[in-house]
Amino acid sequence: MPIYALQNIIVLCRARFVVNTLDGNAIIMKVFLSYSDYLRNFEVFLRAFDPSESNKLIILTHDKWVNVHPVVLAIIAALGSKIGSENITIEKITATSGHYLSRMGLFKMLGKKSPYSIKEHEPAGRFIPITQIKSPEEQSQFVTEMIPLLHLKPNQADSIKYIVGELVRNVLEHARTKDGAFVAAQYYHHTNMVRLGICDAGVGIRKTINYSWHAPTDLDAIKLALTPGITGTTRREGGTGENVGAGLFFIKSMAMVARDYFVLYSGTGLYKLIKRDKRTKGFPRLHADPQDDKHSDTNDAPKFPGTVVGIDISLDQTSEFRVLLAAIRDVFIKAVRERKKARYKKPIFI
Amino acid sequence: MDTITVSIKEKAGSFAENKDVARELRIKHIIPALKKNKTVVIDFSDVTGATQSFMHALISDTIRKFGEEVFDKLRFKNCSPLVKEVVTIVAEYMQEF
Repeated sequence: MPIYALQNIIVLCRARFVVNTLDGNAIIMKVFLSYSDYLRNFEVFLRAFDPSESNKLIILTHDKWVNVHPVVLAIIAALGSKIGSENITIEKITATSGHYLSRMGLFKMLGKKSPYSIKEHEPAGRFIPITQIKSPEEQSQFVTEMIPLLHLKPNQADSIKYIVGELVRNVLEHARTKDGAFVAAQYYHHTNMVRLGICDAGVGIRKTINYSWHAPTDLDAIKLALTPGITGTTRREGGTGENVGAGLFFIKSMAMVARDYFVLYSGTGLYKLIKRDKRTKGFPRLHADPQDDKHSDTNDAPKFPGTVVGIDISLDQTSEFRVLLAAIRDVFIKAVRERKKARYKKPIFI
Repeated sequence: MDTITVSIKEKAGSFAENKDVARELRIKHIIPALKKNKTVVIDFSDVTGATQSFMHALISDTIRKFGEEVFDKLRFKNCSPLVKEVVTIVAEYMQEF
């Protein structure tokens, strides 16, 4: 048995992963949805995940319980959009929480009949089912309609709208895919948190960044994309009339301040902001260079054909969203100033 | 004083995030008015917030084209605290470049 297959079996025993196997001419991608597929465990979820060449998808679930971060559902929806409904199989679900997948619209999005009967407007539901967004108009409609679905108060809504507005726009503008963005979210009452996933099966960050920069690897490209003032649209300082390279830096910084997880995954690159220790009091120091943040990263993740963003947004931290933006603004401007200064012509003393 | 007013809510809704709308307002209304030396009032009545990318698409090119003096001709009206902050972000970083 090849070593990679052995590794896959080991991961299977840990009950959360995706694996490819060969079946005749088809390369089958199996997605296993477990009971703890959160951003904290994202690397575990990705082990043995190799979706780049797959043309069939089989979805398996834990036999007792299914509990996944919305970003996992967005990933499946984006991959499913490339493969087509006829090439997707959802194995029989025995988990008692399996109806969650139906409520989140997974069957509908994949063009499959749901085995569950779900009331359309279940009052306990505070979630946004998987939604495909293909145009700026659909994005505006989504941003307007999502807040009532999450039952959020007005003062909690702005940060969510801001993050979704920026991330979906990134997909529509840079991903170069007709399928657009796949978005899903869930509010968790006990932690007062919204978990949000946005995914596309487009060209990926490296291709976008390398339009103007040279990123040798996907991880290099991710780090450039997180750096203040770097945009794939142009190398010109100040960007263009439409882009300046601030969106991802602002969102990563929001996650940093709120002690939230933030994952950016594209190609073989993965960057995950790690939660700050709760014992660390006060406003954290924000860094312009993503390398300086407490994070984990790899350039050896399974190659994903597109871009994935997962973020947990604590609503306890967002009452002073304006103050948070002001702090991020200061770091952004300082970074821009320092980069500009680094390019100053130096006098020659003889 | 020759003035035009650009209403954001009417075109961009109560949370301004559509950059295409911002770009259109900039190209069709704001820049032509500034070229005619008019004062442009950007009215954010009933807009609770905006993304940085929306605001960048709305005003960054005016700063690039007309310099920081453009702020003598631009007025931001009825801004929520969040909108004020996002305007400030773009206004400040564009003057750094």
